[in-house]
Amino acid sequence: MSVDSAKVRAIAELARLAIPTAQEAAIATELSAVLDLFDALAAAPVDALTPLSHPGDPHLRLRADLVTEGDQREAFAVLAPAESAGYYLVPKVIE
Amino acid sequence: MSADLDTVSGQLAALASGATSSHALTERALQRAADAQLPLNALISRVGAQHALAAADAADEARAHGQAGALCGIPYAHKDLFCTAGVATTCASRMLENFVPPYSAAIHERISSAGAVLIGKANMDEFAMGSSNEHSYFGAVHNPWDLTRVPGGSSGGSAALVAARVLPFATGSDTGGSIRQPAALCGVTGLKPTYGRVSRWGMIAYASSLDQAGVIALSVQDCARVLDVMSGFDARDSTSAQRAKIDVAAALALPLKGLRIGRPRQWFGVGIEDGVGAAVENALAQYAKQGASIIDVDLPSSIYAIPAYYVIAPAEASSNLARFDGVRYGHRCNNPIDLADLYKRSRAEGFGHEVQKRILTGTYALSTGYYDAYYVRAQKVRRLIANDYARAFTEVDVIAGPTSPTIAFKLGEKLSDPLALYLADINTVGVNLAGLPALSIPCGFSAGMPVGLQLVAPTWREDLLIGAGHGYQQVTEFHRAAPPAAGQTETVHE
Repeated sequence: MSVDSAKVRAIAELARLAIPTAQEAAIATELSAVLDLFDALAAAPVDALTPLSHPGDPHLRLRADLVTEGDQREAFAVLAPAESAGYYLVPKVIE
Repeated sequence: MSADLDTVSGQLAALASGATSSHALTERALQRAADAQLPLNALISRVGAQHALAAADAADEARAHGQAGALCGIPYAHKDLFCTAGVATTCASRMLENFVPPYSAAIHERISSAGAVLIGKANMDEFAMGSSNEHSYFGAVHNPWDLTRVPGGSSGGSAALVAARVLPFATGSDTGGSIRQPAALCGVTGLKPTYGRVSRWGMIAYASSLDQAGVIALSVQDCARVLDVMSGFDARDSTSAQRAKIDVAAALALPLKGLRIGRPRQWFGVGIEDGVGAAVENALAQYAKQGASIIDVDLPSSIYAIPAYYVIAPAEASSNLARFDGVRYGHRCNNPIDLADLYKRSRAEGFGHEVQKRILTGTYALSTGYYDAYYVRAQKVRRLIANDYARAFTEVDVIAGPTSPTIAFKLGEKLSDPLALYLADINTVGVNLAGLPALSIPCGFSAGMPVGLQLVAPTWREDLLIGAGHGYQQVTEFHRAAPPAAGQTETVHE
């Protein structure tokens, strides 16, 4: 098995997901099955190829350096789980 | 009302002749949606009936003043990942259960401008991650042909609504087959355009290098009508292409005689059900009868499509879904002890199991020590797959084969074996990796369940798909077959 509980904890930390300890082993088994699927890629004859990140290798357009978005602070702030006076509220970060 | 009122083309003709009104069609759609909700569970976010009927009245008014747009007065639904200002947009996730967007997706603007009437938002796999519509926070969607079976996914609600004749069209999105596979499993027509053809602005992202918006309807002609409205350049989507519109009338008139259809040997091998293979072979025989030539082609890298897709899509998802952190919008956990706890618990509570699994998979594939072995290698395999298609298209005009190797499976059947579910995408994911347009059309039945024929064309050649698909539907009746209780869903209540 390519992933163990310790690895699940490490990835979950990177992904900012709280995984209950009791579920770590089951998730390790599931992830291992997916990663085993990836092993097939090792046999693909790709050494001479460059990676393809987007279909057609598009070039990103540049746009004029103009302000196009108006102030929508109130419209966006109203969606926040916790906000006050247009600010997003989070738990205290600095004592 | 006649059966023809189930299609976009039929409704438009009836509206144009004055035989019906958008108000009447919208009332009918709302009634059918209400009747179908218990058995199918296909709608999850509602537009109030009053709002829908007001939009219908506005459409009738516009038509009376000679200002009818291309879809004026036609009721429809969006897959619930297209933002609709003032209407909940949940992505079938607890994370966005209470999200009401402050703006509308580009395709919603375009379809609304054409006069269509939104009646609701369709159920889907959470964040479009799934092939069975069982991964929805709001519960599974049921297949109208057999309520014990899945409709496919992730646009399962859209396909079920169209199949059940609740609505003549619904939007969808396709990252690895999410329009074509449910269309196939529900016996309807689904069109996934070329990457860049339709703006994704306001479409909640799953995997940005693969996602493409499209449409599900009852015929190729109807899909083409809606695509014509949806498509076009949009400066707000950096991947939106500046291409000429498809000439739909010319595409519909494309003769089948002389069309070169590629039959990939790799799509007819191990894992394909006998009944599915037989229906698809019959469809190819029908094309041959109409004068098309069927040519065996090879897509040898098809065997790598599933692993490459399941590296790239989760990697991009892990990045895209980082924005759901419980701060700016979306679900927030109760009583976080600090910021890290807020992020981790909000995300763990807000995302379902499959979404979390894909985030973890993607995070792993992008992490130090694995990035080259998984992500970069998968991107190289992606080029290999795109090159396969490019080579095949030097010999043929379109490629055809089964959309899905199986008919719709039983609800719950593959939940205990997630890899079996991933393999259901075997013929569809390569198309997304290469960015090609593709179509699924009904081509027969196996064990009483619909079978889909997938047609794939070179980039920007949706006209070939429209021509080939419409030509087939001119000489066959499979796309007209309706589930036993369609349109009178009260009789299928259990």
